[in-house]
Amino acid sequence: MQSNVLNISRTKETGRLKKISGFLEKVMNTVFTVCGFVAVAFVLIITVFLIISGTPAISEIGLADFLFGTEWASTATEASYGILPFILSSICGTSGAILIGVPAGILCSVFLTRIAGKRMSSFISGAVSLMSGIPSVVYGLVGMIIVVPTVREVFGLPDGANLFSAILVLAFMILPSVISVSETAIRAVPKEYEEGSLALGATKTETIFKVTLPSAKSGILASVVLGIGRAIGESMAVMMVSGNVANMPSLFKSVRFLTTAIASEMSYSSGLQRQTLFSVALVLFVFILGINLVLNLVIKNKRK
Amino acid sequence: MKKAEILCSAVLMTALAMTTLTGCGESSGSKTVSTDGSTSMEKVIGYLSEAYMEKNSDTKITYNPTGSGAGIQAVQERRCDIGLSSRNLKDYEKTGLNETVVAVDGIAVIVNPENPDSNLTMEQISQVYTGEVTNWQEVGGNDSPIVCIGRESASGTRDGFESITGTAEKCKYTQELTSAGDVVQTVSSNPNAIGYTSLASLSDKVKTISVEGVIPSEESILNGDYKIQRNFVLVTRKDTELSSQAEKFFDFCMSTDADEYIRKAGAIPVAK
Repeated sequence: MQSNVLNISRTKETGRLKKISGFLEKVMNTVFTVCGFVAVAFVLIITVFLIISGTPAISEIGLADFLFGTEWASTATEASYGILPFILSSICGTSGAILIGVPAGILCSVFLTRIAGKRMSSFISGAVSLMSGIPSVVYGLVGMIIVVPTVREVFGLPDGANLFSAILVLAFMILPSVISVSETAIRAVPKEYEEGSLALGATKTETIFKVTLPSAKSGILASVVLGIGRAIGESMAVMMVSGNVANMPSLFKSVRFLTTAIASEMSYSSGLQRQTLFSVALVLFVFILGINLVLNLVIKNKRK
Repeated sequence: MKKAEILCSAVLMTALAMTTLTGCGESSGSKTVSTDGSTSMEKVIGYLSEAYMEKNSDTKITYNPTGSGAGIQAVQERRCDIGLSSRNLKDYEKTGLNETVVAVDGIAVIVNPENPDSNLTMEQISQVYTGEVTNWQEVGGNDSPIVCIGRESASGTRDGFESITGTAEKCKYTQELTSAGDVVQTVSSNPNAIGYTSLASLSDKVKTISVEGVIPSEESILNGDYKIQRNFVLVTRKDTELSSQAEKFFDFCMSTDADEYIRKAGAIPVAK
């Protein structure tokens, strides 16, 4: 009799608990769904916003004049809005940074995975992840105070704030993403490949360059694309070391990137000038979109 | 599942609605004073209106950065209460409008402390910035190239400097920087550099050049000896009285209470 009562109250208790937990499940489910859609919503809002606010200026200036015009004088009495100098500077700056940063990054990740001992490797990995956490304004500050004067003295230039300084700073900034992604790719190469190569009499260096790196190719390619994305989207650090004059790119001349063009004029701009800055943002957005597309293709190929 | 979702969204919606409503509650009932004009005066008017609104929470002061010409026009067309101009009114504008100088803006020319040059004439400055003179030797310095540091094209300081030295749209810059601090930093680290900045951001790291033999200071600017300066002007209509709250704000700007905020913004309050 007594045990029966106990049983009944027990089932009642579990029933209530189930109800509460069921309700909680539903609430959390909704929260997860909402958060999931927030990301999509923001991307959509930004895309729509950029297209709506970026197209009027382009249609007013004319697409060809806008994209291929070589003179930018947004506040002159006879204003001209050609952004070719920005586009080319961005491309040159990014390629330069890739040219310096990617080989260094890949060799560093080879060192981390194949040459360094466990302790050394974890110490350097820690430093690399710390490096990726440093805010870009700090890179800019260091660039402004150390890199710019050094470039001026080493090359005997009147002024050191130029494309070359921007490339140096960007090369440092993309290192962490290049290193961490290619490190993962290299670690994923099966040990048997390398053991086979070594057993056939290849040296360690031969094995690394002829077996390990080719096997990790697509992962390394992904790290390069990621580096490109980081470099082309950087504004703060570039603004502090590149001099910001809208010249056509040349290694030792002051240049302005797409990102810095927006950042340096947005605060006081008005009218067509402001609209044009939105159009510059749209162009930048298209670039980034293209880079992401390439990244996705690379990753898909890797899965195959 | 359905019920819970509805409940959640209802909670969210209510929260959203509440925030919007409170937002409305604050803005309605307050009085607005609208200002319109010079982008160079953004900082001055920003500090002044912030200080004023702190004391008079029922008044809201708006600022529309359109440029001196557009600001003067806005007053003429009664689209704003007070127009802001960083130049004096022209004679034909004075027929319908009053100008009141609220502050004076002095722009200092700076070089690296290693540079032996310490005085330039107005003509030399404009020659340097337009690229006619490219070596310090030609203006009495060392044999080294001149590096012209300026501000971004929309900057009020650049607008002031170029319009006073007569170099508007003709300057050949090596660097266009986005803040006064950057200009000072860059000039201090490059012995070839010349730059300009408002008085408020001067520091020991750079050498201030005297222009036509006059070093910029509050005194030399107020008595007109230092040439690279301009007035910040409040523009009002002659035929219409200001609304009472606009009048109060105007009086605050012209009072000695405002001095501290004008100085904070890098300008010099006029003698009372």
